[in-house]
Amino acid sequence: MAEALLQVEGLSKRFGGVVASDGVTLEIPKGELHAIIGPNGAGKTTLITQLAGELESDAGRVRFEERDITALPTWRRSQLGLARSFQITSLFLDFTALDNVALAVQAHAGHSFHFWRGARGEPALREPARAALDRAGLGGRADMLVSRLSHGEHRQLEIAMALATSPRMLLLDEPMAGMGPEESARMVKTLRELKRELTILLIEHDMEAVFALADRITVLVYGRIIASGTPEAIRANADVRQAYLGEQEEAQGKSVERGAANG
Amino acid sequence: MSTLFTLRNAFVAAVVVLLALVPVYAALTGNYFLMSLFTRIVILAMAAVSLNLIMGFGGMVSFGHAAYLGIGGYVIGILAKEGVNSGFLQWPLALAVSALFALVVGALSLRTRGVYFIMITLAFAQMVYYVAIGLDRYGGDDGMTIYKRSQFGDLINLSNKTTFYYLCLFLLLATTYLVWHIVNSRFGMAIQGSRSNDRRMRAIGFPTYRYKLVCFVIAGTLCGLAGALLANHTDFISPATMHWTRSGDLIVMAVLGGMGTVLGPVLGAVALLSFEEALPVLIRTSASPLIGGDAAAKVAEYWQIVLGPLFLAVVLFARGGIDGLLAGIRRG
Repeated sequence: MAEALLQVEGLSKRFGGVVASDGVTLEIPKGELHAIIGPNGAGKTTLITQLAGELESDAGRVRFEERDITALPTWRRSQLGLARSFQITSLFLDFTALDNVALAVQAHAGHSFHFWRGARGEPALREPARAALDRAGLGGRADMLVSRLSHGEHRQLEIAMALATSPRMLLLDEPMAGMGPEESARMVKTLRELKRELTILLIEHDMEAVFALADRITVLVYGRIIASGTPEAIRANADVRQAYLGEQEEAQGKSVERGAANG
Repeated sequence: MSTLFTLRNAFVAAVVVLLALVPVYAALTGNYFLMSLFTRIVILAMAAVSLNLIMGFGGMVSFGHAAYLGIGGYVIGILAKEGVNSGFLQWPLALAVSALFALVVGALSLRTRGVYFIMITLAFAQMVYYVAIGLDRYGGDDGMTIYKRSQFGDLINLSNKTTFYYLCLFLLLATTYLVWHIVNSRFGMAIQGSRSNDRRMRAIGFPTYRYKLVCFVIAGTLCGLAGALLANHTDFISPATMHWTRSGDLIVMAVLGGMGTVLGPVLGAVALLSFEEALPVLIRTSASPLIGGDAAAKVAEYWQIVLGPLFLAVVLFARGGIDGLLAGIRRG
């Protein structure tokens, strides 16, 4: 087995009486695309939020590249190469698309205590940002205000920004949420390309996409891991069928939960 | 995309030229009250520009910004009272104390957001206000007269009203230019990003707290400079300088003029303070033929009844303030 890039040990979080994640233990080797699935309310987004460092965990440890990052704030984790995207689009709506990505580039181009030179005229920020936009298929939208872009374009921009921070690992929270079939297909293609260079933790409701992309799948129910393994193993697992996939099969393998509410 | 000769730029240029001509007008007509008024306008415009750096660009609505006017002023006043009149000592110290205060207030209040941030900045300003009232040696509630303006040797004589006015105008323009550079720099992008979406900023790797804190200190320091000027202008300092309504005035200036641009608050300061002077006179003269002189004078005391709806109209119909209005006309 390849060396583990991300190691999660007994990670827990409870909100009052609700256990959102319950002793989650995971090991994600370098280069793997690891999907996390589970019914709504299973604690998938909570887990990503904990991994990104936005939410303090009640117990457990997170190690990234053998380094304990449990106590590090979000921005430090991003500096180490752990990038996340958001399920509910989280962009700088009053900035242009190019400005959005340029900010992500700037975040990883040394400190920002430069007070004089105009940042919008700096090729060192603008050129990589433009390249990232082109790669995401948004080159033609560079100078448009983000608030005027379509939902699908927002999703693409989410990924472009995460990529612009030159990460070693991506935490993707439902990149296909709210997308139509064509947009989803395009996103699957993008993720397949990213998979070659990056380790990815993917949360997604679109089962077709998950089973097409994932090397391994972990199933989360009520914050607890009930199964973890290859897509074939997960498909065959009785517990998983009962807890989650049953409804899917009744819908003849079609994703009934595409675009479903928060998980 | 943007040309040099827009209505907005022409208007801004006209305002700057008019400000530069105020002493000429005063000398020609002998109306020195006008120059005194405009000295005040220019100084408070500087305070509003500094507030707008954190409020308009950083999204940090400080409701205690007048505290720095008071701190800058009290440093000048206290030193003058103790016999230290050198501006080379007074001014750097005024800036340093303002910066230090901003550092403490910022470090604590930036851990909160929204209404709590507003309330904490207000609370700190009120604290300084009551401390000033308690300073019996320095006039307490009544404040104190500053008998000697800051001395800069042969370099510049602040007692000359025209010289002083031009110094204030120069510092206002310099401050505005500085703030313009700041908001467009990498630092400024980080600040504006935090205003737009702080959570995302942290997710892409910005330690936003640091940047906001530094921005908060810069704004406080610049406003401390305005405070030092104000004390020299009025030859007087009292707790009233940092009353919370003054902090409110600064916010109104920024909103009225337009928070989206660096120069908006300058327009807002000119507009608000001109209204403050002109409205009572306007009301009195236009109402006295109708209801008699005495009654008109009474009515004129309530000039804010006119200002209120005016401000409301700007907030409701011209979100970008005066500046946005001018830019909008160009577009339409």
